[in-house]
Amino acid sequence: MFIVDYIKEVFGAIKSLGTGMRRTFWYFVHPKEIITEQYPENKENGQLILAERFRGEVVMPHDENNEHACTGCTACELACPNGTIKIVTKFDITPEGKKKKAIDQFVYRLEMCTMCNLCVEACPSDAIIMTNDFEHSVYDRNELTKILNKPGSKIRDGIE
Amino acid sequence: MYRESQIIRNNTPDNYMVINVGPQHPSTHGVLHFVITLNGETVVKLEPHLGYIHRSIEKMCESLNYRQFVYVTSRMDYLSSHINNHACALCVEQGLQVEIPERAQVIRVLMDELTRLASHLLWWGSMAMDIGALTPFFHAFREREMITEIFEETCGARLTMNYICPGGVMADLHPDFQAKVKAFLKQLKEKLPEYHELVTGNIIFQNRTKGIGILSKKDAISFGVSGPTARASGVSCDVRKRYPYELYDKLEFKEVLEDGGDCWARYLVRMEEINQSVAIVEQLIDHIPEGDIQAKTKAVLKLPKGEFYSRVETARGDLGVYIVSEGGTTPYRIKFRSPGFSNLSAMETMCKGGKIGDFVAVMGSVDLVIPDIDR
Repeated sequence: MFIVDYIKEVFGAIKSLGTGMRRTFWYFVHPKEIITEQYPENKENGQLILAERFRGEVVMPHDENNEHACTGCTACELACPNGTIKIVTKFDITPEGKKKKAIDQFVYRLEMCTMCNLCVEACPSDAIIMTNDFEHSVYDRNELTKILNKPGSKIRDGIE
Repeated sequence: MYRESQIIRNNTPDNYMVINVGPQHPSTHGVLHFVITLNGETVVKLEPHLGYIHRSIEKMCESLNYRQFVYVTSRMDYLSSHINNHACALCVEQGLQVEIPERAQVIRVLMDELTRLASHLLWWGSMAMDIGALTPFFHAFREREMITEIFEETCGARLTMNYICPGGVMADLHPDFQAKVKAFLKQLKEKLPEYHELVTGNIIFQNRTKGIGILSKKDAISFGVSGPTARASGVSCDVRKRYPYELYDKLEFKEVLEDGGDCWARYLVRMEEINQSVAIVEQLIDHIPEGDIQAKTKAVLKLPKGEFYSRVETARGDLGVYIVSEGGTTPYRIKFRSPGFSNLSAMETMCKGGKIGDFVAVMGSVDLVIPDIDR
């Protein structure tokens, strides 16, 4: 009986191999089933579509008057688990002669960021957002430390 | 300091051979190191060595507050990161005594089951790859890619989502969510027979798994094995059934049990769990209630003094989160009971007396994720 089982198994194995080969051949004659994307090429012909919410890096949007919405409340700095964000504040003098707290530098260290979205959640004035940009490689590590507020920018009116 | 050379010198007779599998080995799915003592081709002793990917997550969590520490747990069992986040969120909510809105609960369960599907699909591919079939891996990734796209749209990331947070979920569902999930379920149901045709019905695969790596029911209980690995040995241990959390007591699904205890039984349990997860998603996808996605919580969470424990069923087994709070904003101590660690401890029993070639099959069928074992 052992011999019969053995021969059955051998033929069963050959049949299984045939089944696998049939699948392979089926995919060979159905090239539309192949879903491989060619990464650097698909950027040029516009096939690389990222989700709207994809978390790439933190940026601070500025409007056409070079104004942002950051009040310097440091909520994002406290919410960040890795110490990625450091906010340096200064005191602006308003036309009435009062002192007003404003950001001097919004330092963002991309190399320590894990894209967890907690800073964006914590921000009360929606001053920072996550963009889709995911190609972060640079030649020097210093380039990863970014200052998010543009030079000469100031806070938009009406945001406290 | 422990060295392999010491074992070789101290306790190996002349006809024994000690070999290292890993830490960089294509079949160990990560940086796991096994020191295997062989007599000819028979495994005499098998020792796992850990520590190659230790990031001290438990200690790190002690310096993070209750909103922040959730994101780290995505890095433990990276194939079921939603479920890890869910366990932490449940534990914090237990301390805060907040009621989670129904919409958030449904979203959480949906995400959990999609994660389980993604994890089991990846396991199916890598299991077949361990046995020696490369093609199934690409088949599994085709379907898994659809799930990661769904996650990317709703959560903003593909692997380490950080979507479930204490109090609810971080963002509302993407408008396309329901349509995409339905498209995925249709595709998966179409392709599952192909999976069974390619791998389950394959005689070579059956010969490599049937009767290999047997774990008896008694051993499974004594090692604390959980998840599909234990259910394949006939231990009823599904946390979703036995200690239901969120909506699981209202849903209809079966706890899959096999009594073979070998690699084949573990394979069958996981394949059937795919069907059960599909059933759960189908029950919920058309009945997502409207409402809030987050309960109202304070900006800074503070847990009362005491101890809190929550457990969930991940794709690999029973994950427990234990928090000791001193009343502050950060936990005093956090302990994660990870399913992979207990499952790994049963590896020696499964492999002993078997051949070295079967070790790879056992390893594939247990579905180890190394960062989960070695936090």
